[in-house]
Amino acid sequence: MTVSTGSTDEAGPLDEQTLAELRQVMARYPQARSALLPMLHLLQSVEGRVTARGIEACADLLGISAAEVSGVATFYTMYKRRPVGAYHVGVCTNTLCAVMGGDAIFERLKEHLGVGNDETTPDDGTGETITLEHVECNAACDYAPVVMVNWEFMDNQTPESATRLVDDLRAGREVRSTRGPRVCTWREAERVLAGFPDDRADEGPAAGPASLLGLEIARAHGWSAPPAEHDSGAEGRTGDEGGAAGRTGLDAQTAMGRAPSEGAVVESGAETVGEDAGGQQNPKGGS
Amino acid sequence: MVDTLTPVLSAHWDTDRAWTLESYTATGGYAALDTAFAMSQDDVISMVKDSGLRGRGGAGFPTGMKWGFIPQGDGKPHYLVVNADESEPGTCKDVPLMMATPHTLVEGVILTCYAIRANHAFIYVRGEVLHVVRRLQRAVQEAYLAGHLGTDIHGSGFDLEVTVHAGAGAYICGEETALLDSLEGRRGQPRLRPPFPAVAGLYAAPTVINNVESIASVPVILRNGADWFASMGTEKSKGMTLYSLSGHVARPGQLEAPLGTTLRRLLDLAGGVRAGHELKFWTPGGSSTPILTAEHLDVPLDYEGVGAAGSMLGTKALQIFDDTTCVVRAVLRWTEFYKHESCGKCTPCREGTWWLVQTLARLERGRGEERDLEMLLDQCDNILGRSFCALADGAVSPITSSIQYFRQEYVDHFEHGGCPFDPAASTLFAPVGAPA
Repeated sequence: MTVSTGSTDEAGPLDEQTLAELRQVMARYPQARSALLPMLHLLQSVEGRVTARGIEACADLLGISAAEVSGVATFYTMYKRRPVGAYHVGVCTNTLCAVMGGDAIFERLKEHLGVGNDETTPDDGTGETITLEHVECNAACDYAPVVMVNWEFMDNQTPESATRLVDDLRAGREVRSTRGPRVCTWREAERVLAGFPDDRADEGPAAGPASLLGLEIARAHGWSAPPAEHDSGAEGRTGDEGGAAGRTGLDAQTAMGRAPSEGAVVESGAETVGEDAGGQQNPKGGS
Repeated sequence: MVDTLTPVLSAHWDTDRAWTLESYTATGGYAALDTAFAMSQDDVISMVKDSGLRGRGGAGFPTGMKWGFIPQGDGKPHYLVVNADESEPGTCKDVPLMMATPHTLVEGVILTCYAIRANHAFIYVRGEVLHVVRRLQRAVQEAYLAGHLGTDIHGSGFDLEVTVHAGAGAYICGEETALLDSLEGRRGQPRLRPPFPAVAGLYAAPTVINNVESIASVPVILRNGADWFASMGTEKSKGMTLYSLSGHVARPGQLEAPLGTTLRRLLDLAGGVRAGHELKFWTPGGSSTPILTAEHLDVPLDYEGVGAAGSMLGTKALQIFDDTTCVVRAVLRWTEFYKHESCGKCTPCREGTWWLVQTLARLERGRGEERDLEMLLDQCDNILGRSFCALADGAVSPITSSIQYFRQEYVDHFEHGGCPFDPAASTLFAPVGAPA
């Protein structure tokens, strides 16, 4: 068991690349302190948790006290002070999921993994460890009971499917979200949350079956919203294909407007830095 | 006569690669920008006012009126902050929208910012929905590359930057002023009002905070007109909206309908309550809205109708619980949630939600007595309206409403010496027709 305040991995300052990326996050905002939440996500991706030196680094960069950073880091449940496993498995046990089976799933997983809430399975040498936690409502109630793996949706779970899921994760087998991409590691997920995309946006469907329920029923009945009359202020402009057809210049532009990778989002974000960077010297901004 | 279901926001969720700019543009996406740029900012605000669009995040405040509160010509930067922190238990509409068609939101952001004269918008999305964050990041990137964001958009002279900002797990950040503190890199704790965000919001500058569904409704209003939008819905609750059916229903899911439909109608379409069971209680708009029962099946699901029935439309999160569900267990779990999520700023909420859990847990275990029920109601009375923000008001809603409709079930717990229900019978994987 790792000691939570362990020192070896925290010795010395953070590496230069991490510090550079932390500054990059700060540059996205009119006022640098706004970057604190994504900075803590980034630190978790690097260090596997929020460490003492990570807190010091944020405090130094933002010019605030370590106590202020610590106060933020301990407020939000996604920030962990103890090492998180390769996979964070969150079982929704808020009322609706709990009633639909979330409580039974959570009990089964605790028993199967031999850990309690917010505990991590021991590393058998493969590094495929799991941190189990019960989570609050994750906005997927129409897919209850829901389990999250590194904050990807695993919909309509049962104790059996959830057991298979964690076994697959521990065996290093590829796991896909039921309406999302291949599951990455917890650290990789934290990096995306810090605003560094991983090129998996195009994986998975647009919507799961429950999301499409109303659309399917409407189609079966021939129901739709009323036709547009184009009278009040829209000045005859239509939102359909006909209206867009006259705008070939823009269409041609947008057709090419897809970068081969998401890394370019950082570049386009970087263009915004010039305008906003001044705000860093002006903590009150806005004047 | 308007159809029973009116998919607008959800109309393209099943399109191939619906989340891409290419797919969105093929269905008329971003065409509303030039419509708006040809109008004055104030005319755009008037159009949204005329449409009757009201906030879809729960409170139902008129969106155009909110925009109108932003002082003009004040020389300060203005901000738009999209509340994408969807966390109210039962609520699951914004997440599928952002997953399937994030460009609808981005286009709405551009139109809104143009109207309120903001040059920087933030989409504050909860951190626990990783793929939604990816799709938003990608959509914003595509919009920049296509010239829908950045400087001099479409040659209009209008500049706009959009930043996708992931939260870190705190229900309270759905409260708009707590969200602002969180976005400023602090603990998410509500602010005293006044000043209201329209005057002193993000970085003390005028700020509009709107729910995802509200902002995503703007492009189609610009495209089809205010009268078109107002032709759906009821007198004071206009337009179409996403209703989210979950729980003990044959087919849970999202149903987009004109405001004012009824649970009876939606349940019929979704195959009714789970086979072999009957509706026991439901929430109209998440756990913070007082529960309702089978006697409310015909209540019009608009702001006024649900209000008149003693609850609130909220987020239109229709959580359905059948006769296998123990209402005391359900309410205890919600109460534990509010205790966990109380930000700690004010005493009635911080201490009160803790005591509510103690009292309810004792009742649920069958160790309570009649006077505990009275104590529970007294605690609720000391919390409701006495806390800093609406979180604690929401916390007492399920308790007081469940005692109102199911008092005997609380009594049964202590007379029975424990919970008379079998939790296994309520699960999705319970045998069909399992006894209550």
